[in-house]
Amino acid sequence: MTRQKRSHHRLKRAVAPYLYLSPSLLIIGLLMLLPMVTVIGYSFQNSAVLRRDPSFAGLKHYQAIFADPVFWASLWHTLYFTCMSVVFHMTIGMVFALMLNSDRINPTLRNILRVLYILPWLFTAVIIAVIWRLLLEPNGVVNSVLMQMGIIGSKVEWFSSPETALHAVTFANIWAGYPLFMVSLLAGLQGIPKDFYEAADIDGAKAYQKLIFITIPQLMPIIISISLLDFIWTMQVFPLIWITTGGGPIYSTEVLSTYTYKLAFSSYNLSQASASAVVILLISLGLTLFYIRYQKAR
Amino acid sequence: MFRIQPAMLKIAAAAWLLGATSAMADTALEFTQWWEPELPAGSLRAIMNDFETANPGIKVTLVSGPYATTRDQISVGAATGTLSDVVGLDGAWVNNLNAQNALADMNPMMDASGFDKTQVADIIKVDGKAVMFPVASFVYPVFVNMDLAAQAGVTKLPSTRAEFLEAAKKMTHVDKNQYGWVLPLSLQTPSGVQNDLMSWVWASGQSMMADGKPALEGKPVVDMLTFVKSLNDAGVISPGIATKTEQEKVEEFVNNRVGMMIDSLAHVNLIRERNPKLNFDLIPVPVVENYTGKRGLPYASWGIGISAASKHQEEAWKLVQYLMSEKVNAKLVSLANAFPGNVNAKPDFVTSDKAFGKAFEIYKTGYLANEFTGLPVAEDLMTKFDVEAQKMLAGEQSPEQAAANAQKGWMAKF
Repeated sequence: MTRQKRSHHRLKRAVAPYLYLSPSLLIIGLLMLLPMVTVIGYSFQNSAVLRRDPSFAGLKHYQAIFADPVFWASLWHTLYFTCMSVVFHMTIGMVFALMLNSDRINPTLRNILRVLYILPWLFTAVIIAVIWRLLLEPNGVVNSVLMQMGIIGSKVEWFSSPETALHAVTFANIWAGYPLFMVSLLAGLQGIPKDFYEAADIDGAKAYQKLIFITIPQLMPIIISISLLDFIWTMQVFPLIWITTGGGPIYSTEVLSTYTYKLAFSSYNLSQASASAVVILLISLGLTLFYIRYQKAR
Repeated sequence: MFRIQPAMLKIAAAAWLLGATSAMADTALEFTQWWEPELPAGSLRAIMNDFETANPGIKVTLVSGPYATTRDQISVGAATGTLSDVVGLDGAWVNNLNAQNALADMNPMMDASGFDKTQVADIIKVDGKAVMFPVASFVYPVFVNMDLAAQAGVTKLPSTRAEFLEAAKKMTHVDKNQYGWVLPLSLQTPSGVQNDLMSWVWASGQSMMADGKPALEGKPVVDMLTFVKSLNDAGVISPGIATKTEQEKVEEFVNNRVGMMIDSLAHVNLIRERNPKLNFDLIPVPVVENYTGKRGLPYASWGIGISAASKHQEEAWKLVQYLMSEKVNAKLVSLANAFPGNVNAKPDFVTSDKAFGKAFEIYKTGYLANEFTGLPVAEDLMTKFDVEAQKMLAGEQSPEQAAANAQKGWMAKF
């Protein structure tokens, strides 16, 4: 083979992987990178989208949102909503997964429970929002049951009272999201070798010791991975909050997603909305990097 | 083997030429609106077909979608210069669109065509430019559940705020989940501020503005807030105010859970469908004591305007004129159960239906009032007012403080 042919062949081999990747790279570039870069660009412009010749604004829009107390309230509500959701998703998911994996429960009952427990996952966010709005409305079933049981003396406006609204939407989100943990942990539980438990039985370990020293450490990679993903997804929840409370009453359930939406489609301030979206992007990016590092470390 | 014959080529060329010339001869108008899905199927298209017959050489393409989608589409179209030739408008959008120079001034078109301005109910102007005509108006009277009123001993329907409070108190029976009034102030759709709060101000011939600027700290708005607070303190408003939507308001009325509500006349048929046995009547929004002047009637409208970027403004104006003409306007509003944008048009339902007939009388004795029309970021202003009203109803501030805080928020937008 001549030198020219050899170098041509080498070049072809070097380029080939990129050619194979190019359709995916093109799609990612067009559908993800381009909108992302465009929004970042908007956040540095005055009257972005609304004017054909927007001027450069520097960091003005970032300063404006950081000076807005509603933004900080939204950030706090987002953190509360997300942290509580993830913790309870994990706890409930773990309890239900252990229950479904237990030999002490009748197999038929276990299959019925498996279907029942996974039900919330089958509903879309809009359906979940409508269900909880109906259940928690002042004249709804929840108030009626609680009043009959003597737990509350008068009707509680779960979504309409600033004291209870954030807890109510968080509760609805917990209900909607635990099946992800349950299914993932159940798969993990079924992958733990029985030998570990048999050895623990021989050593006289109690049930809670087996849980703490065998089950949880074995599930830890799944728990951390799913928790991080859940954190990223929950932080961006929009339809559930928008349909149940619209960010109100007052600003008590305003989260970063509803705050950004209102800036864009109520105030038509697309520059500030872009700045707010970039803040959400940066937080998500930080968590994603953490997730990737964790995955690599494994 | 298949071979293309010269004759076939000639026929194809002739067909292409014919198609191309006829396409060139026709002016294609694009008309974006949210009306078509809200009208009986095919009815708007039929009106467009009539227009095309009356105006040979003009073809109209309807671009239709739900209200919210249309709003977003129009915002983007205005920014990118791709707005349709003719656009359906909500009064709340026109200020923003005008700031983007997206809407044509229809004044020169009216002058050039000798258009009779006295035939239209209103012309929405921004900075002196005529940018919108209300084609159809949906007024907001008070709906009264006559059975609940009779059971509560309300023999005379309220015409003043004090009478309204008394009637609402009588109709309220908390143990039966029954309330006198319903107030939807959800932040998801803050239109309750316009329809259910400010309507009290406009009904008494008052205003929330002064010299083109917000005047929320003035007596009319503070009095309205004080009145609404008194209704809330009296426990006559159905609970869940802060997250209640307009749809839920109607549902509560339909299900005999509230005695009175301020609502769009467009919902009459919906209410009848949901509860055919419901016995209800319509009254104007009650006024302040001793007020005898003309009553402002809150309304929402289907407006129409022309894109500033349209290359076919002359043809677009023909379509606007057509829809605003007496007969066509009457036909359109009859289909929509709305009141006409042409003052001479008389929709057929006002003679055939008692409720609409009564509403038409209310409409004719008052005047259309909606001060959010033409204001900058009207929805944002409503949201800001909504938040302050919610704080007031939650006991966090007085009506005066609510008005002052809302004024501060609004001034930042002017």
